[in-house]
Amino acid sequence: MNTITQASRGERLAIIERSLASRHRQEKRFRRLGLAAVVTGMVLVLILFASILMRGLPAFWQATFYLDIHFDSDIVNVSERPIQQEGESNADFRERDFTWQSEVGRVNWQQLIDNALAEALGEEIEPQQTRDLRALVTSAERRTLRDRFIEDQSLLGETHTIKLLASANVDVWIKGNINRDLPDSQQQLSAQTREWADHLYEEGVITNAFSTALFLNTDSRSSLASAGLAGAFMGSLFMMLIVMLLSIPIGVASAIYLEEFAPKNRLTDLIEININNLAAVPSIVFGLLGAAIFIGYLRLPLSAPLVGGLVLTLMTLPTIIIATRAALRSIPNSIRQAALGMGASKVQTVFHHVLPLALPGILTGSILGVAQALGETAPLLLIGMNAFVSNIPATPFDQASALPVQIYLWQGNELRNFFEARTSAAIIVLLALMLSLNALAIWLRKKLETRW
Amino acid sequence: MNNLALIVTVLIVMAVAYQLGLTRSKSVVGGGQRLHSRPGYYGILVALWCGVPTLLLLALWGIFGNDIIQFLVSQQLPPETAAFSEREMLLQMRRIAALASGQNVSDPQQYELSAAAQQARLESLGHLVLLASMSVLAVLGLVLSRRKITPDMRARNHVERVIMVALALSSGVAILTTVGIVLSMIGEAMNFFRFISPADFFFGTTWNPRFSTSGDAGQGEFGLLPLLWGTLMVSSIALLVAIPLGLMTAIYMSEYAPPSLRNVAKPVIEVLAGIPTIVYGFFALIVIGPFLSGLGDLVGISIRTTSALTAGLVMGIMIIPFVSSLSDDIITQVPKALRDGALGLGATKSETIRQVVLPAALPGIVGAFLLAASRAIGETMIVVLAAGNNPVLHANPFEAVSTITVTIVNQLTGDMDFASPQSLVAFALGLTLFVITLGLNVIALVIVRRYRQQYE
Repeated sequence: MNTITQASRGERLAIIERSLASRHRQEKRFRRLGLAAVVTGMVLVLILFASILMRGLPAFWQATFYLDIHFDSDIVNVSERPIQQEGESNADFRERDFTWQSEVGRVNWQQLIDNALAEALGEEIEPQQTRDLRALVTSAERRTLRDRFIEDQSLLGETHTIKLLASANVDVWIKGNINRDLPDSQQQLSAQTREWADHLYEEGVITNAFSTALFLNTDSRSSLASAGLAGAFMGSLFMMLIVMLLSIPIGVASAIYLEEFAPKNRLTDLIEININNLAAVPSIVFGLLGAAIFIGYLRLPLSAPLVGGLVLTLMTLPTIIIATRAALRSIPNSIRQAALGMGASKVQTVFHHVLPLALPGILTGSILGVAQALGETAPLLLIGMNAFVSNIPATPFDQASALPVQIYLWQGNELRNFFEARTSAAIIVLLALMLSLNALAIWLRKKLETRW
Repeated sequence: MNNLALIVTVLIVMAVAYQLGLTRSKSVVGGGQRLHSRPGYYGILVALWCGVPTLLLLALWGIFGNDIIQFLVSQQLPPETAAFSEREMLLQMRRIAALASGQNVSDPQQYELSAAAQQARLESLGHLVLLASMSVLAVLGLVLSRRKITPDMRARNHVERVIMVALALSSGVAILTTVGIVLSMIGEAMNFFRFISPADFFFGTTWNPRFSTSGDAGQGEFGLLPLLWGTLMVSSIALLVAIPLGLMTAIYMSEYAPPSLRNVAKPVIEVLAGIPTIVYGFFALIVIGPFLSGLGDLVGISIRTTSALTAGLVMGIMIIPFVSSLSDDIITQVPKALRDGALGLGATKSETIRQVVLPAALPGIVGAFLLAASRAIGETMIVVLAAGNNPVLHANPFEAVSTITVTIVNQLTGDMDFASPQSLVAFALGLTLFVITLGLNVIALVIVRRYRQQYE
């Protein structure tokens, strides 16, 4: 500084010129740094989505057999399906039908698949090769044949092309998700099975068909290729219904109270601080609350969407309250004063005038809160929703899983080559659901927003 | 009739009561007299009188009914069952309940059969009594409240008072949640401290909870420090990633970005905030972990695929949008006058930001960082998948670590046995986590609030 004041005018200008250049460089550097940060953020989003999509999209198509199954009457040797007699009670009939169904269940359906495979391969299968042969089609498909037959007994003696899922290892082999040059000892499939799989793929018996199993089946342990998301999806759906039914009314009501009616005193201050804090409490703590109170104390069933829904409700409540309060606060006071001036009571003012105007904001906040709850995993692990469930839950009291928990379970499966893709596919489904909820919220906000 | 059908019936009756109240209120006026409130309010009032006590009764029965029946049935059991432990008793009552509902139970005893018959009898009796008393309550409520309708009855005020009570009760749920969290954590943590002394827990340096099945339950070591250390290590790495990136993003977005870029980049980065944490965990496991470990091989250091670094890096990515949107809010709140003053004195834009805007916004930004830190400490799924679960005290970020949240998940999933220290420790850990995050949040909220007031 001193040098500048002592210097002559010309020198002063020169010093400023010189420093100006470096200051402008600095300015540029700072601006580039900012841009770099933004670009980094966007690139990270891109990498994340690209890597999930690249791994997950192929899993929506799955190695599938189109086999000509001959319903050989020598193998499918069962009595006629019972018909309800006159005067027979429904219960009796159901019992007889059930006996028949278990008789059908005892048929050696695997033999039909084996025969069809031998046919397709055009080879005699030696007894010691049966193991290799059975590694081709996933084990649950026996039951597919059984169910087809129970549905339609006229199949007996006929040959039909039936779609059967290949086993998980065949899927991995065909898609090249395992190094094909590994020695036999490190391959999951025997050399014979691999050769057959390649042959059948060339012949077009095995194709990569769209995997309906991923959407229609429940999780499976014995037949990994047929593991699907249906059970987890229903579990998540039940939980979201409970979250919506409970957290939106309670959240909106408490926001209305705090914003419009509550006297400003210590108690309401406390509630306010408390809600802000609850919004920042880690989600796993809500899981502990659920485990201690709902499971430990109230003895509600483990793994039930009901408990999951309640825990997620408590977790979502602060988000909805905060969003609703912001929406109510953005309604100008002139609206309230006009209503009060016309003789409306306070309750009438709020419910007839303020609330309808705040509805878009409330709706947006609620949808975002529900979307957040949909993706939550940690609290659900603590209330036992990571249990293996093979049925689609019919009520919120049944055992169930949830989409994010299913992702957690699948990523831990030992058959990494297969489940890395399957998990990514499940993530795509979950992200698609969440992003469409978010998009809905943004669209609603854009459409209904009023500027005051 | 199941409960859902009962509730629907009550709702239908309430609709009828509303109509009755409405017509009644219209019929009592005449001769130039006017109703105090609009007729609808009288209808609502009658419907409330008719429905609310009835539903309350139903709720009470739903909560206590089963216990009452169980108590009465257990009185009937032969004396030898008095020696049963709590668990055996529970199993016994389940068997009886199954018998009573007509299911088959292996090898039913005579006394069980009679108890089951008794239970079935009590259940149907209870149901009848419930139905009868609900009907009586509904009719009484309807008739009495309908009779009370007069032109100058202040129906609207009554209804509004009910609405106010309902609203206030709703806002109590948030308080109840906090109370529930605190009480359940403290209660279960106290149970844990009966096995392990608090000093051993808070200052222990070894984490080795043996499994309760190995016979030496209670012998495990439950030292918090390795977990706390792991938590701090992962969150520090996360903050080292998120703070520079988030803050620079916020600065660029609020000060430099042309609107066209802002409109694209802001939603894209906010998408990061909406992605579930399990997805980040999976991303860490299959992309970032192998990438870092390959990078380590290139430069010759061994980096494990699941390590503090992997988890911290991905967690950092997760909280970038959190830091940037909070900082963005705070930076835009700095008054324009401060900026104009600095620019007017000849400062460049970056000098204005660094020497005027940021110092002015500092308290708020620190608050935002604290909130981000609290979020990082409480984050679960990323560390469960990517941190490697290795509860040992060490300072190498390339090695696996374990955190408080991971350990809560590990200790409490599987069998839910609330009697062993192995499960109960989850609550002590949860309490620690709750206190840490609460502390950070309270400080952050106070700072941010004070900052806002400064510029209002």
